[in-house]
Amino acid sequence: MSAIEFNQVVKHYGQFQALKSVSFNVEEGDFFALLGPNGAGKTTLISILGGLAHATSGAVRIMGHDVATDYRNARRAVGIVPQELVFDPFFNVRETLQFQSGYFGLKKNDDWIDEILASLGLTDKAHSNMRALSGGMKRRVMVAQALVHKPPVIVLDEPTAGVDVELRQTLWQFIRRLNQQGSTIVLTTHYLEEAEELCNRIAMLKQGQLIALEDKATLLNKGKSRTLRIKLLDGTLPASLQPLVITQAGQQYDLKLSDVAALDDLLAQIKQAGVTLRDIEVNKPDLEDIFVETMHGTAA
Amino acid sequence: MQGFQTLFYKELLRFWKVSFQTVLAPILTASLYLLIFAHVLDSHVQPYPGVRYTAFLIPGLAMMSMLQNAFSNTSSSIIQSKITGNLVFILLPPLSHLEFFAAYVLAAVVRGIIVGLGVLLVTLVFAIPPVQHPLWVLVFALMGCAAMAILGLIAGIWADKFDQLAAFQNFLIMPLTFLSGVFYSIHSLPPFWQAVSNWNPVFYIIDGFRFGFFGVADVSPWLALSVSGAALFALALLGYQLIKSGYKLRH
Ligand SMILES: Nc1ncnc2c1ncn2[C@@H]1O[C@H](COP(=O)(O)OP(=O)(O)O)[C@@H](O)[C@H]1O
Ligand SMILES: [Mg+2]
Repeated sequence: MSAIEFNQVVKHYGQFQALKSVSFNVEEGDFFALLGPNGAGKTTLISILGGLAHATSGAVRIMGHDVATDYRNARRAVGIVPQELVFDPFFNVRETLQFQSGYFGLKKNDDWIDEILASLGLTDKAHSNMRALSGGMKRRVMVAQALVHKPPVIVLDEPTAGVDVELRQTLWQFIRRLNQQGSTIVLTTHYLEEAEELCNRIAMLKQGQLIALEDKATLLNKGKSRTLRIKLLDGTLPASLQPLVITQAGQQYDLKLSDVAALDDLLAQIKQAGVTLRDIEVNKPDLEDIFVETMHGTAA
Repeated sequence: MQGFQTLFYKELLRFWKVSFQTVLAPILTASLYLLIFAHVLDSHVQPYPGVRYTAFLIPGLAMMSMLQNAFSNTSSSIIQSKITGNLVFILLPPLSHLEFFAAYVLAAVVRGIIVGLGVLLVTLVFAIPPVQHPLWVLVFALMGCAAMAILGLIAGIWADKFDQLAAFQNFLIMPLTFLSGVFYSIHSLPPFWQAVSNWNPVFYIIDGFRFGFFGVADVSPWLALSVSGAALFALALLGYQLIKSGYKLRH
C-alpha cells in the first residue's frame, strides 16, 4: 500500500483547469518533494488531499483511505501544514495545541505536546498568545498543530517560505527525525537545495500537469547539460562561443553545454582560434538546473 | 465525541471570554427597551385582559434577545474564521459533519439561553410575568435559539464579507423579529399585517413562548409548536446539507 495515491486527479475552478489528470504515488517512508513554479497546482493538490478542496474527478487515498468517502480515517492519517500563515488569536500556544488535539479526538496529549514544543524550540513560548508571536514562531506552531495526532503522513506546503535560517534548521532536523522513525513526508518548497538535501523522491508539476517523477539520484543523473569552466592563458574567447557564456570573470569563463557531446566541438574551436587553456572543469547540473531545464521542456 | 466536545467548548469560550459584549450588552439593550416602552405605554395599552403591557413585553424582549444572540454567535464565529483563514484548523481534523453542525449550533443556543435568562432576571425589577407553563417556555426558548443559531450558521457560511452578513441581518433577521409581535399582540394589527405575520415563523416562536408565561396568546401553542418545529427542521436540514456538501467551506 502506498502512503498517498493520486489517481487521475482533475480540478476545475470554474472554467480554469488547475489540475489536469494528475496521477502518482508517494510510498511509505518517502521524503517526497513536490516542485513547480507558482500556480502549478501544488497547493490545490494538497488541499484535495486534506479535504479543503474537492477534486472535480479522480480519487485520492491516504494510507488506503479515500479522502472523499472515508474522510475521517483519511484525515486521521495525515497532518497538513497549510501554505498561508494563519492562527487563532484567541489562544496561547499550548491551548492551540490542546484544542487541535481535541479535534482529532485526543484527550490527554500533553506529553506529546511537550515533546513537539521542545523539538520546535517553542517551549518558552508555550504561554504566549498567538498574536504576540513573530511570523516564524507562528509558522512553528502551525507545524506543531499538524503533528498533534502523530500522523503517519506529514505534508508541508512551503513551510520555509520567508522564514529565518534558524527555523529552517530546527524544522528540518525534527522532520528528518520523524522520517527516520517511519513517517512519510511530502513538502513543497521554493528552495531547491532543500529538496536536494532532504528528499529521496521528486515530482515536478507545471500548469497542472505532472512533468517529472523520479528518484532524486535518477533525476540528478538525468540532467544532460554541463557547465564548463575554463581559464584562458592568453588570447580571447572566439566570438562563436560568446553565446554560450553564462558568466565571465577576467580570463575565467563559465559556459553552458547542452550535453557532453558538445565538448569536442567546443575544444576544437578554441584550438582553431589559437587560444591556450590554463584550466578546465566540467560540472554536472544540480537540482535547480534540472528544474529549470525540465520546466522549459529541454530535459530527456 | 471528543472532537464535538472540544469544538463545543471552544465555541463557548469564544463568546464567554468577551461576555461583556456578547452577554451583558444585549441584556442592557433589552432592559432599556423595556424601561422606555413600559414608561410610555404601560398605562395606555392592555394587550390581553388583565395583563399589563410591561409584563406582556418582557417575554417578547427576552425572546428577541435570545434569537438575535443565537444568530450572532454562529454567524460571526464562522465568518471570522473564514476571513482570517483559521477555519482550516477545524476543516482538517476528522470531525464528522454532525459534530461540526451540532457544536456550533449548541454553543449558540447556550449563549441565547444565557442572554434570555439575563433579560428575564433584570426585567423582574419592572414587572413579574407569571409563568403558567414552564415547559412551553423552555421548549420555545430552545427551539427559537436553535432555529436562529442554524440560520446564523447558514448566513456565516454563505457570506464572503462582513457587509453581506450585515445585509442578511438587517434585511432578514431584523424584519422577521420586529414584525413578529415582540412589541404588540398581532390582534391589534390591521387585517393585512395580521395575515403577513401569520407567514412569519418567528411570530409563532414568540407567541408560543408568551403562551408559556400567560396561558393566553394569539394562536394555540400546538399550532405554534408545529410551525416552529417545521421551520427548525427545514433549517436544520439545509444547514446540515451545506456542511456536508462543503458549500463555500471546501472549494
Ligand atoms: N479557490 C480558487 N479559485 C480559483 N482559482 C484558484 C483557487 N485556488 C487556486 N486557484 C488557481 O489554481 C492555480 C494553482 O494554484 P495553486 O494550487 O495555489 O498553485 P501553487 O501552490 O503550485 O502555487 C493558480 O492559477 C490559482 O490561481
Ligand atoms: Mg502553493
